[in-house]
Amino acid sequence: MIALDSRPRLAAKARIRFDRKTARYLLLYPERGLVLNPTAADVAKLCTGEHTVHAIVERLVEKYAPQPRDGVERDVMSFLATLTERGLMQADP
Amino acid sequence: MNDEHRPYTLVAELTYRCPLRCVYCSNPLDYGRHVDGLDTAEWLRVFREAEELGVVQLHLTGGEPLVRDDLEPLVEGARALDLYTNLITSGIPLSRERLARFRSLGLDNVQVSIQDITASSSDRIAGSRVFDRKLEVARWVKELGFPLTINTVLHRDNLDHVEEIVALAEALSADRLELANTQYLGWALANRRALLPTAAQLDRARRASSAARARLRGKMEIVFVMPDYYSEFPKACMDGWGRRFVVVSPDGLALPCHVAHTLPGLVFENVKDRPLEAIWCDSPAFNAFRGEAWMPEPCRSCERRAIDFGGCRCQAFHLTRNAAATDPACSLSPDHGLIEAAREQALRAPSDGFEYRAPRSAVRT
Repeated sequence: MIALDSRPRLAAKARIRFDRKTARYLLLYPERGLVLNPTAADVAKLCTGEHTVHAIVERLVEKYAPQPRDGVERDVMSFLATLTERGLMQADP
Repeated sequence: MNDEHRPYTLVAELTYRCPLRCVYCSNPLDYGRHVDGLDTAEWLRVFREAEELGVVQLHLTGGEPLVRDDLEPLVEGARALDLYTNLITSGIPLSRERLARFRSLGLDNVQVSIQDITASSSDRIAGSRVFDRKLEVARWVKELGFPLTINTVLHRDNLDHVEEIVALAEALSADRLELANTQYLGWALANRRALLPTAAQLDRARRASSAARARLRGKMEIVFVMPDYYSEFPKACMDGWGRRFVVVSPDGLALPCHVAHTLPGLVFENVKDRPLEAIWCDSPAFNAFRGEAWMPEPCRSCERRAIDFGGCRCQAFHLTRNAAATDPACSLSPDHGLIEAAREQALRAPSDGFEYRAPRSAVRT
């Protein structure tokens, strides 16, 4: 489970790439890809194993002000849970 | 072309050569007539043209891509284009040193095929004594830090071993396991009587695979590809003709799927003669089965026509001799009796003899 103080990191098999055709970021992994919305792309780019979830949420709250912090945190946690379930995200303690 | 027809994946069949002789090989029966026609620079141009067309995933496959000695510059060029580059291999012939070079050149993923859970049963399918070496290669893949996909093609001789195949993939720390039931085209169609499982086998395997998928969620992705011979409706073959995939054959033909050049009456163009984008957008062969105008009944008025696109054109042709027929795998197809007869044969009169993949240049495919 990913907690607020864990440091999420994209799984080795997953890689982000900008898609010129749609001007969106794609999260690519073997034979598949997910289209990321701009917020999800911001989160995914910060999942390097350096930043805590807490720090990632702070960064997004700043960027997307005046979005309420609770909502941002919920979205980030839910995105990370989805990717973890698909084996695309790992969390360093 | 709009997003409805955008290729996301280039399947680069670098060669049809392969040291193995798998009885379900997906290469065409007359593969011996197709030589390696593209050199390094030509393949790199194809990668570039594909990327410009929208491709983000590259499968380096064959035949056995490792038999090409220019695989290093091809991997390097693919990564320079930011393509997610997947090597699809039997693992033969490969040294640990060469695999380490691919790692440093940025190869993203390695997919190793494993035929079964023991050397004897595995080597019988591959027609070559390679099982132990494959396991060694799979271990190198992980030791060098690559993500590992294990691919096992399923059929009547290994379908009862799904739990053990999962255990083997777990022991190898695979990130992804593809349990892909045989698609009955090419060599697999020639060997169908020996390969087609029974419904009971398939049912057990599917349940074993679902249980393993639930248990390993988040750790190892498990993909179970149903055989369309036992499905009520056909597969959305290649996600639709000329829609999401572009295949380039060893001799340079741009194709909507890897055996489309076995369909008569369609002229497939060569990437040496025209840019890939022009072929993708304008060639009559790529447009032949796009949209719905070509569809016969029962497809034309079927509510599933935008889900499965009428199924597989190659299967339709190889079973009915009409590439524009409804895929006989569909329970609504007037030719569905062909599938039922094959299933009946699997139950009552299977064969245990194989025709191994080998050059047979004069065959009708």
